[in-house]
Amino acid sequence: MPETRIESRSRLVVRGGTLVDETGERRGDVLIEGGLIAAVDASIEPERGTRVLEADGCIVSPGLIDLHAHLREPGDEAAETIETGARAAALGGYTAVVAMANTDPPVDSAAVVRDVMEIANGAVAEVAIAGAITVGRKGEQLSPLFEMAALGVRIFTDDGRGVQDSGVMRRALEYGRDLDVVLAEHCEDEKLSHFGHMHEGAWSSRLGVPAQPAVAEEAMVARDITLARATRARLHFLHLSTAGSVALVAAAKREGLLVTAEATPHHLSLTDAELAGYDPRFKMNPPLRSEADVEALRAACRAGTIDAIATDHAPHTEAAKEAPLDEAPPGVIGLETAYAVCHTAFVTESNGAGPLSYQQLLAMFSWRPARIAGLDRSSGQGGPIAAGNHANICVFDPTARWTVGETGFASRSKNSPFTGKTLTGRVRHTLFRGEAVVTDGVAQR
Amino acid sequence: MENRHLICVDDLGAEGIVELLSLTRRFAEVAQRPIPRVPALRGKTVVTVFFESSTRTRLSFETAAKRLSAETLSFSAQSSSVEKGESLRDTVETIDAMGVDAMVVRHKSAGAPRRIASWVTASVINAGDGQHEHPTQALADCFTLLEAIGDAKRLEHGDLGGLSVAFVGDIRHSRVARSTSRAFGLLGADVTLVAPSTLLPPSLEGWDVEVSHDLDAVLGRTDVVYLLRLQTERMGEGFFPSLHEYSTRFAMTRERASRLHAEAFVMHPGPMNRGVEIEAEVASAANALVTRQVRNGVAVRMAVLFALLAAPGAFDSVAALPLAQNEESAAAVSTVKRSA
Amino acid sequence: MDPDDVRRALVRIAHEILERNRGSNEIVVIGLQTGGVPIARQLVREVARIDGTKVPFGTIDVAFYRDDIGIRPVLPEEATEIPCDLTGKIVVLVDDVLFTGRTVRAALDALADHGRARAVQLAVMIDRGHRELPIRPDFVGKNLPTSRTEMVDVSEEGVALGDLVEA
Repeated sequence: MPETRIESRSRLVVRGGTLVDETGERRGDVLIEGGLIAAVDASIEPERGTRVLEADGCIVSPGLIDLHAHLREPGDEAAETIETGARAAALGGYTAVVAMANTDPPVDSAAVVRDVMEIANGAVAEVAIAGAITVGRKGEQLSPLFEMAALGVRIFTDDGRGVQDSGVMRRALEYGRDLDVVLAEHCEDEKLSHFGHMHEGAWSSRLGVPAQPAVAEEAMVARDITLARATRARLHFLHLSTAGSVALVAAAKREGLLVTAEATPHHLSLTDAELAGYDPRFKMNPPLRSEADVEALRAACRAGTIDAIATDHAPHTEAAKEAPLDEAPPGVIGLETAYAVCHTAFVTESNGAGPLSYQQLLAMFSWRPARIAGLDRSSGQGGPIAAGNHANICVFDPTARWTVGETGFASRSKNSPFTGKTLTGRVRHTLFRGEAVVTDGVAQR
Repeated sequence: MENRHLICVDDLGAEGIVELLSLTRRFAEVAQRPIPRVPALRGKTVVTVFFESSTRTRLSFETAAKRLSAETLSFSAQSSSVEKGESLRDTVETIDAMGVDAMVVRHKSAGAPRRIASWVTASVINAGDGQHEHPTQALADCFTLLEAIGDAKRLEHGDLGGLSVAFVGDIRHSRVARSTSRAFGLLGADVTLVAPSTLLPPSLEGWDVEVSHDLDAVLGRTDVVYLLRLQTERMGEGFFPSLHEYSTRFAMTRERASRLHAEAFVMHPGPMNRGVEIEAEVASAANALVTRQVRNGVAVRMAVLFALLAAPGAFDSVAALPLAQNEESAAAVSTVKRSA
Repeated sequence: MDPDDVRRALVRIAHEILERNRGSNEIVVIGLQTGGVPIARQLVREVARIDGTKVPFGTIDVAFYRDDIGIRPVLPEEATEIPCDLTGKIVVLVDDVLFTGRTVRAALDALADHGRARAVQLAVMIDRGHRELPIRPDFVGKNLPTSRTEMVDVSEEGVALGDLVEA
């Protein structure tokens, strides 16, 4: 994307960590200069004038990439801005974030893309902009995919909604196929979901809350797989949440269809039981599901059916989230906690299933999402830690224990479902294009 | 009741229900007096905070509070008070700040009273929250049924064991069905839900109930038929094809009523859609308990208000202390007897 | 007091009630729940034996009229059953032990809700002193000075005194 890049001229050494990237795992120090990785070696002695970032006992990896975040700007700056969202991302180890298109105005034209790119200039993480599939996200008319792609937009989604009309979705897939972009779908058949406020099941029946069934998601997953098969287009499934959905995607992959899928940290760790107190802090779309669904999603991550973990970071003001459950907007923030939550769930407290390796975990957080978003080619995100590559790096302390929310959030909003929970593992440093935007857990700008 | 709120029937459990029923009997007697009033809650303030309009329930609570000599205030708001800029939390915290002792809350959103209880210092009584529960209705129903059965032992112990109760109609969207079926079940009744699948809750996991889609099949062995009001809007939402088809399958007609056994009862939470779920004649028959359900509502609500505001801790297995002498000592246990 | 003493006292009180009220036309005997009820019943029996008339009998539970509501947990134990409108009647209120007087005050409030009695007279088996309100009995079985922490127990076996023991 054409933009002004702020690159650091200074020299930095990341010292004493364990390097984990797509090529493997090894001890090593990393020398960074001019925004690029200058050298990687078992031990690098820093010269005079070289800053040292200690990474003792830490995991040093390519920066994380979030395929799915709502940065709310333009239109809802009270909840979040691109600046605050990027800062939250950096604190969570992210060096790139794909910003969703459901802003106000929505990103459905080249003009809006340009405006958002302008605002994102200078942020402490790369903000890749997603465009809407249809004008106004109404699901009726295709938005100018080509014009937006010409500005660098690689992902198109009406997220917040799915494209209800099958005919429209088919044309969108066909048209997008020419352009080397990927369409991403929020799978929710509104005639089945009726905009229910939680998962339809034993809990919703007991609590008397109008709810949405798993089939509302699965019906659209099935439809889109069928369309992807017919059109041979690339398709990415946002925030899958049910056992049925992952089974469908697994079959589609076995068949060789060009589909990818993501899951969120909250869908990988929380169930609909959290709604017992009717607290909107646990209301999101798709909703938290049953234990069986959580287990199926976790297994799908291990099996590779889920390619990436994405936050679906959705900031809302405190006032909005204090409304009664059926009035409160769905969504939770997640940029600052995603890596720690999944590290705790898949590594520290993996229990019976055995821990994932750091390489397996980081594949879902870094290089695979980078590839899906096309950010590996355009800006070297997710690439191996090797000389000549871009210096987008995350340094993670896997033993740090911390309580979510204790020291506040960098995000403008505080609506996290993990507030009060103790997690194991915390981002220590984040380097964005060679600049240390986070050092020792503190955002530098 | 170990806590200060009454949000759902499970807050009480079987024991709590029985204790409240016993209190209700006392207050039913008060209602018979020429001056149906006791000073028990003098100095206390009870506010009805209704975000959903309901004249009947609100008046029932206000009457109950007044008969206990409490002050009553009434706050009536459309849910769109949120649009006017004042959030639910702001509204109830303001009321709470005025020093009220109890808030009786009715809201279209399931869970609203539960959330309110976490924000305020007053006791919160749920007068109906969306499709979730209506616990005081359930208590009135339990009391009415036990009274109608007329068995003193059953009444004293709150025992509905061996009784078979059929709830008929739109169970899915009914808070009364949830509360009353739960309460009846806790008191030992055998509960059957009779409805088309579309009008049953999506999951009955954890519910101790049977299910039937055929009203005629269960009529013969049912002791109590509890009819639910059918909201005709549900037809537009596709839950059943037509009123005619609904009535054919599930309405309590004269003919069906005649097939109930002689000691069976018909109940309905009101207001009734005469001609839809219940025929007019059935509604006014001797074994229809509808008016009694309404009348007992006041005594039940007096019991709830008294239990929450006048007798905190009364249900924590502390037996009521003999009145005359032990006024000074709550911890008295044994006496050494000497002759006087 | 042993059982015989109690019975003798009851007979005496029954005579006193009749004497004071010159016959038993308008008398209604109301026993305070729960200690006063058996004594009230026995009084009604004695009056019938002496005078031949059956005096109306009722019971009253004053849980809803107590002045310590909200301070200590109290639940109404037994029924309140008033046999008639009390307007114009002479109500003989009966309790087993008179102590601070607060229970009787609550009973007076409760009775007022059942009509405007011509008079309310108080009959107790034991007056143990320590009044906190200006209440005095009209008929007493026995005056029994006690300390605040003692307890008086009135039953069929007579009247016994005991010491309170903390749990």
